[in-house]
Amino acid sequence: MILNSPLLEIKNLQVSINDNKILKDLNLTVNKGEIHAIMGPNGSGKSTFSKVLAGHPAYSVLNGDIIFKGTSILDLEPEERSHLGIFLAFQYPIEIPGVSNEDFLRLAYNSKQKFYNKPEVDPLEFLGIINEKLKLVNMSSLFLSRNVNEGFSGGEKKRNEILQMILLDSELSILDETDSGLDIDALKIISNGINQFMNPDKAIILITHYQRLLDYISPTYVHVMQNGKIIKTGSAELAKELENKGYEWLQR
Amino acid sequence: MVNQSNKVLNKDITKLVNQNYQYGFSTNIEKDIIEKGLNENTIRLISKKKKETKFLLEFRLKAYKKWKQMSEPEWAYLKFPQIDYQDIIYYSAPKVQKKLKDLNQVDPELLRTFEKLGISLTEQKRLANVAIDAVFDSVSIATTFKEELSKHGVIFSSISEAINEYPDLIEKYLGSVVPISDNYFSALNSAVFTDGSFCYIPKDTICPLDLSTYFRINDQKSGQFERTLIIAEKNSKVNYLEGCTAPQYDTNQLHAAVVELIALENASIKYSTVQNWYSGNEFGKGGVYNFVTKRGLCAGLNSRISWTQVETGSSITWKYPSCLLVGDNSQGEFYSIALTNNYQQADTGTKMIHIGKNTRSRIISKGISAGKSKNSYRGLVNVTNKALGARNYSQCDSLLIGSASNANTFPFISVQNSTTKIEHEASTSKIGEEQIFYFLQRGINVEKAVELMISGFCREIFTKLPLEFAAEADKLLTLKLEGSVG
Repeated sequence: MILNSPLLEIKNLQVSINDNKILKDLNLTVNKGEIHAIMGPNGSGKSTFSKVLAGHPAYSVLNGDIIFKGTSILDLEPEERSHLGIFLAFQYPIEIPGVSNEDFLRLAYNSKQKFYNKPEVDPLEFLGIINEKLKLVNMSSLFLSRNVNEGFSGGEKKRNEILQMILLDSELSILDETDSGLDIDALKIISNGINQFMNPDKAIILITHYQRLLDYISPTYVHVMQNGKIIKTGSAELAKELENKGYEWLQR
Repeated sequence: MVNQSNKVLNKDITKLVNQNYQYGFSTNIEKDIIEKGLNENTIRLISKKKKETKFLLEFRLKAYKKWKQMSEPEWAYLKFPQIDYQDIIYYSAPKVQKKLKDLNQVDPELLRTFEKLGISLTEQKRLANVAIDAVFDSVSIATTFKEELSKHGVIFSSISEAINEYPDLIEKYLGSVVPISDNYFSALNSAVFTDGSFCYIPKDTICPLDLSTYFRINDQKSGQFERTLIIAEKNSKVNYLEGCTAPQYDTNQLHAAVVELIALENASIKYSTVQNWYSGNEFGKGGVYNFVTKRGLCAGLNSRISWTQVETGSSITWKYPSCLLVGDNSQGEFYSIALTNNYQQADTGTKMIHIGKNTRSRIISKGISAGKSKNSYRGLVNVTNKALGARNYSQCDSLLIGSASNANTFPFISVQNSTTKIEHEASTSKIGEEQIFYFLQRGINVEKAVELMISGFCREIFTKLPLEFAAEADKLLTLKLEGSVG
């Protein structure tokens, strides 16, 4: 990778699902060490954007490119993108009956180890690794024996997402409304986890509706997405302005 | 507009489910066959070839008369073309010169067939703790560990042998649990059954080995009608395993078996099946029609019968292993995994008939449907007025894979006294696109993801299988699902 080249570069991206065009000419550049907040009204294409980055098969890219660490990832499978360092914290984390959280986390961890030709860890070693990470999101080890997200409260599910992000040590993390549905304590725990995780070699894209998350995590940039495009970019101040004025004043 | 991602995912799932059937080969061997078709003469001929007693010939003829008056049951959620019962070979046996004293006399081609199936009959390679009766088309080929078992008084032989050697036991118990005219297929089986296994565990005996029968259909036109009878005397205990495969033909073969279990006072029988008959190709062509009547009688006080089945093969499965809980405090159990894919159809479940006091039954059924298959659980819990204090727990879970598969649950509960406690739980879940995507996003590939979800779904049942079977069953399910989840 060329020094100082961006971690992620999205150029003129156009995406559709079922012949419905959702993203229309999206451009975004994310450098290491940056936190980008993407805000915008419902239906503006924020979640689509996050899924397209992760390679969800339902969406077709009609035009444009996604460059990650200097190469186009459009032809890569979701699991390959994951191995390369892209992580998506789901807005609605999926419940997986019958599969324990511990098995799931270990399999995810070992899949990445394998991809990089590193030794896979056995269950005992893994327990040592995961127990360290659990502390960062204030989760009890009892979570490990429960089935993935099954019967978890909204806050527990979101914490489980952040736990996975920390475990997989992703370089680019996209957090899709990770703050929604959280009470103030859970919001603090999660923000704290994210802040500890963040370092100059990583980047985070926060998709959110609310300014309150940005009280705990300070973004480098705030973007407003509307109708499948980024229509305004600004500093953290922009989020506060949006909180007061809504989105309407930006239209036209 | 078809959702494109669903298409992609389903294609992957299909690939995963549709691993080639590895038992699809057929064996070329000289056979002794009775011309296809069914009439009184066929039956007399079968009975003559097998040198049977008068009792048995009459049993058969009576069954044939009943069968002619009956018609195929139509209540099951199954669709298949009319079966031409005159186009079936009812007797096909590998030609043997004379009675075999040991395995060295068995046609090596047959031994090789069983080797290929992973069933070793030769002395050196036998499984250490399992005695095997191998049935090829209509005839039992070999029964291993017979002498060792007989030291404990345990009889384990082909049913043909038992008919001649233990006529008293046969006359007393054959047809006592599944009457001749119980249903269309049991009547047919009673008329034409050719072989199967017979086990007798004497009083106060814990059978020292697991007993196992391996059924193999080979002939393209022949039906397989086996008959199994297991009797566990007072204070005895036995584990019985059954496995089945068939070659890959593009015509359908009929399999109509009857299994009868009798547990006397304090006796316990555990019967496990891994059914992997050929299930037809991905377009639904070929495959075995599997119409099976399995029933256990808990005759004595504190007796116990447990059915565990892993049903993955056959194009049609019609099968309801049941328990008649007659003895007070007797217990019946049914643990089932039924997996269907492509155009397979399964209508399977159980009947628990509570007659004795304080009888207990437990039903756990896991249905997995992929492709365009139909998978139904059908169960009856019947508590009679005498069954005071009876208890039942039922749990029926269905797992759908892809968007074209079909799962149904038909539980019937009939209770005739007020001291009964019945619990029924049911759930339906789906391995869908979003779950798979979640795994993929975390770097876990499709195969691993499906394997993990299927084993998780079936775990409760796997723990009920004997150890040798559990690993095999887990592998089998994954193989069958290869390509079906995406």
